[in-house]
Amino acid sequence: MGALKKESEQKQSSSKFNKLLSNYKFQRNVFIISALLLPIIFYLGIRLLPTLYTFNIGFRDWNLLSAGPHPFIGLDNFIALFNDSVFIKSVVNTMIYIVLGVTGQLLFGMIVALLLHKINRFVGIFRVIYFIPYVTSIVAISWVFQWILMKNGVINDLLVMIGLSPQPFLNSPDQAIYLIIGAMIWQSIGFQMVLFLAGLENIPEMLYEAADIDGASGWQKFWKITVPLLNPTIVFSAVIGTINFIQISFTQVVNMSVNGAGGPLNSTTSVVVYIYQLAFNQFDLGMASAATVLLFLFILALTVFQLKVLTRKFDY
Amino acid sequence: MLKNWRALLYLCLVALILAACSDSEEGTEEEEGDVITLEYWQYAFDAKVDLMDELIEEFESENPGIKVEQTNFPYDQYNEQVAVQVPAGNGPDIINLFYGWVPMYVDSGYLQPLPQDAFPHEEIEDEFFPLVEATKLDGEYWTIPTAVRTLALLYNKDLFEEAGLDPDSPPETWDELEEYALELTKSDDSGRLEQSGLAWEPAQQGHHWLRDGLTIQNGGQVLSDDRREVVWGEGDAGLEAFKYWLSFPTDLNTSEVGFFTDDVTAFMTEKAAMNIDGSFRIGTLQKDAPDLNYGVAPMPGKDEKSTGASFWTNGITADVEGEKLDAAVKFLEFLTSKEVMEKWLDGTGELPAREDVAMQDKFTEDEIYGPFIESLPFANAHFFVDETKERDLVIDAADRVLLEGMSPEESFEILVEETQALFNEYWSER
Repeated sequence: MGALKKESEQKQSSSKFNKLLSNYKFQRNVFIISALLLPIIFYLGIRLLPTLYTFNIGFRDWNLLSAGPHPFIGLDNFIALFNDSVFIKSVVNTMIYIVLGVTGQLLFGMIVALLLHKINRFVGIFRVIYFIPYVTSIVAISWVFQWILMKNGVINDLLVMIGLSPQPFLNSPDQAIYLIIGAMIWQSIGFQMVLFLAGLENIPEMLYEAADIDGASGWQKFWKITVPLLNPTIVFSAVIGTINFIQISFTQVVNMSVNGAGGPLNSTTSVVVYIYQLAFNQFDLGMASAATVLLFLFILALTVFQLKVLTRKFDY
Repeated sequence: MLKNWRALLYLCLVALILAACSDSEEGTEEEEGDVITLEYWQYAFDAKVDLMDELIEEFESENPGIKVEQTNFPYDQYNEQVAVQVPAGNGPDIINLFYGWVPMYVDSGYLQPLPQDAFPHEEIEDEFFPLVEATKLDGEYWTIPTAVRTLALLYNKDLFEEAGLDPDSPPETWDELEEYALELTKSDDSGRLEQSGLAWEPAQQGHHWLRDGLTIQNGGQVLSDDRREVVWGEGDAGLEAFKYWLSFPTDLNTSEVGFFTDDVTAFMTEKAAMNIDGSFRIGTLQKDAPDLNYGVAPMPGKDEKSTGASFWTNGITADVEGEKLDAAVKFLEFLTSKEVMEKWLDGTGELPAREDVAMQDKFTEDEIYGPFIESLPFANAHFFVDETKERDLVIDAADRVLLEGMSPEESFEILVEETQALFNEYWSER
């Protein structure tokens, strides 16, 4: 009796299976999943697993050159980092990079977009002009800036010509970081401009017409209509800009700072530059991973903060 | 049912990843018949790579059972590339390293000591210049160089004549160097340098010049004899040297950090009249500035004679054993032989590491290489525990004075303290 039941169950399940196989929806899912499989494997293997592994390394005494063993040392790496004045300096610098860089990027991107939105002729040419820096190699731009800002460079020639004293620029621990931020902003205006232009296109013209009828001034229209309705774009730009800034503060710093490593006197070192130096100049993979973990937590917190604080719903 | 599919999917994933990860175990040990293949790594420097290709051919024809394969990485990525290959289980059997990196490599267990039967300590100490002792650690020689390099004064003869100086009598003392630098400097009305009397770059050879040149010339020492204590700050010799070094970009105004990007560029483009540089630069000068009319003189000295030296040196990696080790030793013996050293000087401009090879008349009387070779007997190679960090400390010490207006005394004290901290860290681990 029991056996019979089992057999019928088996039959049932196999027919269920056949039915499933011929099911269109099921086939479609199999196709989608298998098509996505490669990117998923790639993502897991290249991104997620190494990321998780970093957490492991951060708690170990791990010399990159030695094949092992790599003893577990708890929070020692993190404690060493907090006692490391260069690391603290790099964190402060990274904050400066983000605060000034992202604000400047948004501000100038928006100004350029607003101006371009207003003109009707040569829009294409202007867009190209503003976008070109964004697609130019960072390394090339950095070196051009280095030569322009040299003690015997063009800008100092101009300063001397109008009677001012020549400036050390990238050689000065007080000036270098702002010049690097300036170069970064200049390079990313084009990208921000495109985002803002798209945002501006989406604001219905009739809102401005209604405001005109109510007798609103230009400023009022800007603050009450344009800015609130651009909010989603601003949030997106700020988040992307921040993450971008943390990433590209590497290439720029390495190529523009006088010693190629965040000088003079570590005044331009960012966290990513320092992580790279820890890992590949000093071979201290443990410390570098610990710093990476901190950076990860920092970016996470910052992004959550930005999404929470900046995102507001405006409905008209 | 869908759940099962998911489970299967995950299983596939895990299997795939495992498969992808476990690939590197095989394939490292190739043995075709009785031929032993040695993997040799050095940094990519055209002259060295070409010469090494020739030498390998010669070695292989003399030793039919051994094949040598050369791999090169760019200098500034060398350590990174080596580091990245270690976890992957790949790597060289013989590796060419900058001497200042050796302690770091020894610390991480990457190298094995040179076998004493093939390279007896007495023989190394008798026949090689004493500066090779910089890589004698824990009582063992870990590496042995083919060639060494010294620092000397390079000067532009045309600019000397233009300034009314005799191009055949370069400065020989500290005071003369100051005078000459002043004579050779030109500034515009705003005080900006137009021509630097003496190129000055702590990040290049400047930090070697300070440690192994000026400090010792002035009767000081950077390290104690057991290489544990930084005695740089004891007495006034070190501080005096530091002040003299800094006087060029400060009091004398003959020099500037980053003048025309760096000292080598400035010297090649005739923007700097003198430069302290190494014998390794001669090849570059001949190639990139063939019309430059320059001379070489031993480094200007004071009470004592001293100059900086450095070298690239060959070590055998830790895992090499058995027949392969014998082959590696044979190759190293070949690389440090008299014949190869002579070829090395011709091909790369680096000076022979063996005293009797270097001090031959045909080399010491050479107009360009002579002054470098003459300097070898009193050349010093500072024992670095971490070349990059120690260099950065000197750069920072200079920057504190030049950019932040700190007094040289205070900045020098910090430099000594921070260098000592590095050495303490190094010695605390052994």
